[in-house]
Amino acid sequence: MEEIPVNKTNTNGYTFMFAIIMVVVVASVLAFTATTLQPIQNENVRQEKMQNILATVGIETERSEAEGLYDKCITETVALKEDGSVDEKADAFTVDLARELKKPGNEQVYPLYIANIDGAKYYIIPLRGKGLWDAIWGYVSLKDDVNTIKGAVFDHKGETPGLGAEITQTWFRERFADEKIFDGSGNLIGVSVVKGNVGPSNKEDNKVDAISGATITGNGVSDMISERLQHYLPYFKKQKDIKVAIQ
Amino acid sequence: MAIDTKIASEAKEAKKKEMILFLSNSEEREHFLSKNNRKLLSDPLNDNNPITVQVLGICSALAITVQLEPAIVMALAVTAVLAFSNMIVSLIRNLIPNRIRIIVQLVIVASLVILVDQILKAYAYDVSKQLSVFVGLIITNCIVMGRLEAFALGNGVYKSFLDGIGNAAGYGVILIIVAFFRELLGSGKLFGFEVLGHKAAVAAESTGLYAYGYENNGLMLLSPMALIVVGIIIWVQRSRNRKLIEQN
Repeated sequence: MEEIPVNKTNTNGYTFMFAIIMVVVVASVLAFTATTLQPIQNENVRQEKMQNILATVGIETERSEAEGLYDKCITETVALKEDGSVDEKADAFTVDLARELKKPGNEQVYPLYIANIDGAKYYIIPLRGKGLWDAIWGYVSLKDDVNTIKGAVFDHKGETPGLGAEITQTWFRERFADEKIFDGSGNLIGVSVVKGNVGPSNKEDNKVDAISGATITGNGVSDMISERLQHYLPYFKKQKDIKVAIQ
Repeated sequence: MAIDTKIASEAKEAKKKEMILFLSNSEEREHFLSKNNRKLLSDPLNDNNPITVQVLGICSALAITVQLEPAIVMALAVTAVLAFSNMIVSLIRNLIPNRIRIIVQLVIVASLVILVDQILKAYAYDVSKQLSVFVGLIITNCIVMGRLEAFALGNGVYKSFLDGIGNAAGYGVILIIVAFFRELLGSGKLFGFEVLGHKAAVAAESTGLYAYGYENNGLMLLSPMALIVVGIIIWVQRSRNRKLIEQN
């Protein structure tokens, strides 16, 4: 019988072999799990998207019920080109805004969701921008004057918990309700998140109160709103039934 | 010839013993829940609690104890990771090259954590969003690496499994106690149900305790209160268990 050396696990060859086998085994287990669970995870993300879109028009719902309500309330989804015309080929719901924004301007399409709730029409615009650490995104809904905000939701990838991450909270989102996106002379300026108490009851100043300690995330939110809304102006100008005084 | 077969059977016997040693590290078979094994489970709950006695894993105890539900999910996630990483490391403890053993342990813990994270994302999406980075941070939870180094590398598979369950339970119990008080006193709820009555915007419409002017303590929702609650638990534990008090 061959004597097994006591310290065989200390040789370089053994160490390399062990490391290689371990990495291969671990990688295949993880890859298998990730691929198997992918469809279920994607379904969750899809339902959450519907839930978020509904939340901007004041419908708070469970994720499991989001799909039914979404089909009922969102009557139209369109993908817009840069000049405001509708791109018939693109499926607006599956448009990945993050990927669109990397394309050159004339190839991008922007999704727009139109909701009809109890006879009132709302335009829901997806947002995407930069926070302090990583991407931030959300949805903002406009009433049919295309000026007054009905509601907004925000989410983020890696903002600081307790500071920037607070943009997802209801109390912050509620500050946007009824704010105007055009200033007095009809320029589209969006809504700025600013320091100092800017009067939560004043809905005409295009400003909402910021979160302490989250200045850069707040600026990201302001930039994201004004930047994204600009792209929908050509479309709104073309719509005859929109009454706002756009210059 | 007879001698040959005798030698062969002796070698077989020796190999068998080696195998048993390899798997259990104890030559005598112990009962599944013998006194020693029960101690592995009960010790971390009190005398050797990872949070209140060893003061490990405090970071996550601060972060995810605002509500009961994420605290329980976190406790379960840590239990799964700790029990299985202990088991796997114990199973291959004689094969692990000593020089890269920390890396091997980290790889095993990290892949288990990724598995847990993926499963949560698929089957408990909302909770996984609430726990956010803290599931990933189980990797850095000192309790996990501590148990691997201190116990699993030198003990049998079954014992290591029990040790993992015991330590995770000791961690989870504290987590759940802290979360219970923080959710109850901070937002007047348990598992999201308003157990203290409903607090309406107009004082006259409030019910339950709120009708008598009770207010939620917003401080309970902030991280420092988790430390203070843990401190109170340590105080209570030491006053009941005198042997934990240091003698100087």
